[in-house]
Amino acid sequence: MDLFEYQGKQYFARFGIPVSPGDKADTVDEAVAAAEAAGYPVVVKAQVQVGGRGKAGGIKLADNADEVRLHAGNILGMDIKGHVVHRVWVEHASDIDEEYYASFTLDRAAKKHLLMLSAQGGVEIEAVAESDPDAIVKLHIDPVVGLDVATARQAAVDAKIPERALDGTADILVKLYGCFTDGDCDLAEINPLILKPTGEVHALDAKVTLDSNAAFRHPEWAEYSATEVLDEREQLAKTHDLQYIGLDGTVGIIANGAGLAMSTLDVVNQVGGSAANFLDIGGGANADVMAAALEVINFDQNVKSIFINIFGGITRGEEVAKGIVEALSRVDLRAPIVIRLDGTNADQGREILANAGIPESKLRSEPTMLAAARSAVALAQN
Amino acid sequence: MSIFVNENTKVIVQGLTGGQGKYHGLRNRDYGTNVVAGVTPGKGGQDVEGIPIFDSVAEAVAATGADASFVAVPPKAAPAAILEAAAAGVAFVVCITEGIPAQDEAKVFNTLIRDFPNTRLLGPNCPGIISPGKCNIGITAGEIALPPTAEGPNVGIVSRSGTLTYQALYELKQKGIGVSTCVGIGGDPVPGTNFIDCLREFEADPDTHAIIMIGEIGGSAEEEAAEFIRANVSKPMSAYIAGVTAPAGKKMGHAGAIVSGGKGTAQGKMDALADAGVKVGLNPTEAGELMAQIVAGLR
Repeated sequence: MDLFEYQGKQYFARFGIPVSPGDKADTVDEAVAAAEAAGYPVVVKAQVQVGGRGKAGGIKLADNADEVRLHAGNILGMDIKGHVVHRVWVEHASDIDEEYYASFTLDRAAKKHLLMLSAQGGVEIEAVAESDPDAIVKLHIDPVVGLDVATARQAAVDAKIPERALDGTADILVKLYGCFTDGDCDLAEINPLILKPTGEVHALDAKVTLDSNAAFRHPEWAEYSATEVLDEREQLAKTHDLQYIGLDGTVGIIANGAGLAMSTLDVVNQVGGSAANFLDIGGGANADVMAAALEVINFDQNVKSIFINIFGGITRGEEVAKGIVEALSRVDLRAPIVIRLDGTNADQGREILANAGIPESKLRSEPTMLAAARSAVALAQN
Repeated sequence: MSIFVNENTKVIVQGLTGGQGKYHGLRNRDYGTNVVAGVTPGKGGQDVEGIPIFDSVAEAVAATGADASFVAVPPKAAPAAILEAAAAGVAFVVCITEGIPAQDEAKVFNTLIRDFPNTRLLGPNCPGIISPGKCNIGITAGEIALPPTAEGPNVGIVSRSGTLTYQALYELKQKGIGVSTCVGIGGDPVPGTNFIDCLREFEADPDTHAIIMIGEIGGSAEEEAAEFIRANVSKPMSAYIAGVTAPAGKKMGHAGAIVSGGKGTAQGKMDALADAGVKVGLNPTEAGELMAQIVAGLR
């Protein structure tokens, strides 16, 4: 789950990382109130999860209430690369001497945490990696050992961060690492990390991706998931706790297992069709889950046919079949279903489907994945 | 022969008294797996359909001589369960649990490397392992796997995806091709056992004559495997990579299946494997057909 900048800053603050005083605002009046509280000059920043906000006019400096009104009025409702701005973050503007970059991620190849630190911040780190790779210090951290201040300080020295910023940088790195680990982040990034003329180091931006698998131990994430950017279909899928990603094709996809679902998308594409979604009903899917999945697919007006691709491991064929029968009695499906059912108890499943009295115009079985894909694509193109 | 597990493997099931553990643990026993004990703290002395339950892995190992464990407990409890098995000296731990936080997984992996180098973890978030006709640990439906034949050629399978693993077993069975061992390494970012670990074993196993590898988007494990194959694998291989049409920046069901910053694409992985001499199919069926051609050539 990606956080908005303001949420990232609030999350940073929980771990003691210094950020500028500020507040979020959904209206011009709220923006003015936030500015008065933060103290002028302020920066009004569009809250969208897309890069290039500044160039698009989504970040503006304001010296007084009138300027806040003007800028907040312009930015709220602005469309930045297809993302409409519903909220701004208003914070006290910082004086900046220097800009750095710091991030923690998991290096999957090394199976260790990775600190990336550079004295060249405020620009795309990928651009720095290209133009001046030596300017980025990469340090692997054993997750069992963690990161101490001395190691963090040495990394800052290696990154050629100036003497007067070393202690502040080391302190923030240790706190950011705490946010990354205890805060269960996939990514915790500060760009830019700034040095003020007064010698303080602090986070001027926040990019945080949370690991959804850890949600069970973070009740405070509920407010973030409430603002997650989802389309209507994804919203509905979320209420049913389904692993769904909306796409823009015409063949609705339901599969059990992430790999099979991805593969189903690929095969539909290969035979000339396009998938309307990714939907993995997972290992332990039962009748209720299947019914919910069909409801979500049915909600998508672009769907012209539905391809259910099930290979049974944990999911048993008879459960799948019962789910389809039940869903068909609950939901008036607009599109026909093509099903390919194999694996654990598949024979029982096929028997249940065959004896359920469902007309072939609504449901047909195909023996292989390719045949089912062709059939579903043909139905979608009719 | 087979890799990692065989007819002599003695298995305990951590979580045998729970829903998933009981269902699959008993299925594994029905398949012929030597399931010798279950472990559930507080339920020692009970039994599940004749399988004795112990309070701890250490007690279960002491009483039965088990050398493998099947961890089927929820994400909160799984990291501790894996480490408990390792501390009790279990050499091979299979964890099917999906949804373990990445931070916990990275800690478990590095703890095993440092403190328990003799324990191999398979998974988490994996379907398990089956050496057909000998041993099945995990959630694979054993009947879809054809046991290897003495004369061969037999195929080894290694896969990041559960259902695509079953798919591969199924395709091979349709074609009458036996399988030495099928390993599902799982779809999480830090798998305990990776492609290279399995490829090395398959290369050394005299009863494995060809190898199918099934990967997916995200990370660089397939690219690393391709490098390994180029230098170390003499046996013929086919492969399939899922996620050609996956949009960037989205986790496709598996925690590890994400294309980020233009890295980890299916095309990049397919190219790397093809460059290493692997025959790459555009769908699972095609990878199976390519393997059938390879096997026909070996016969």
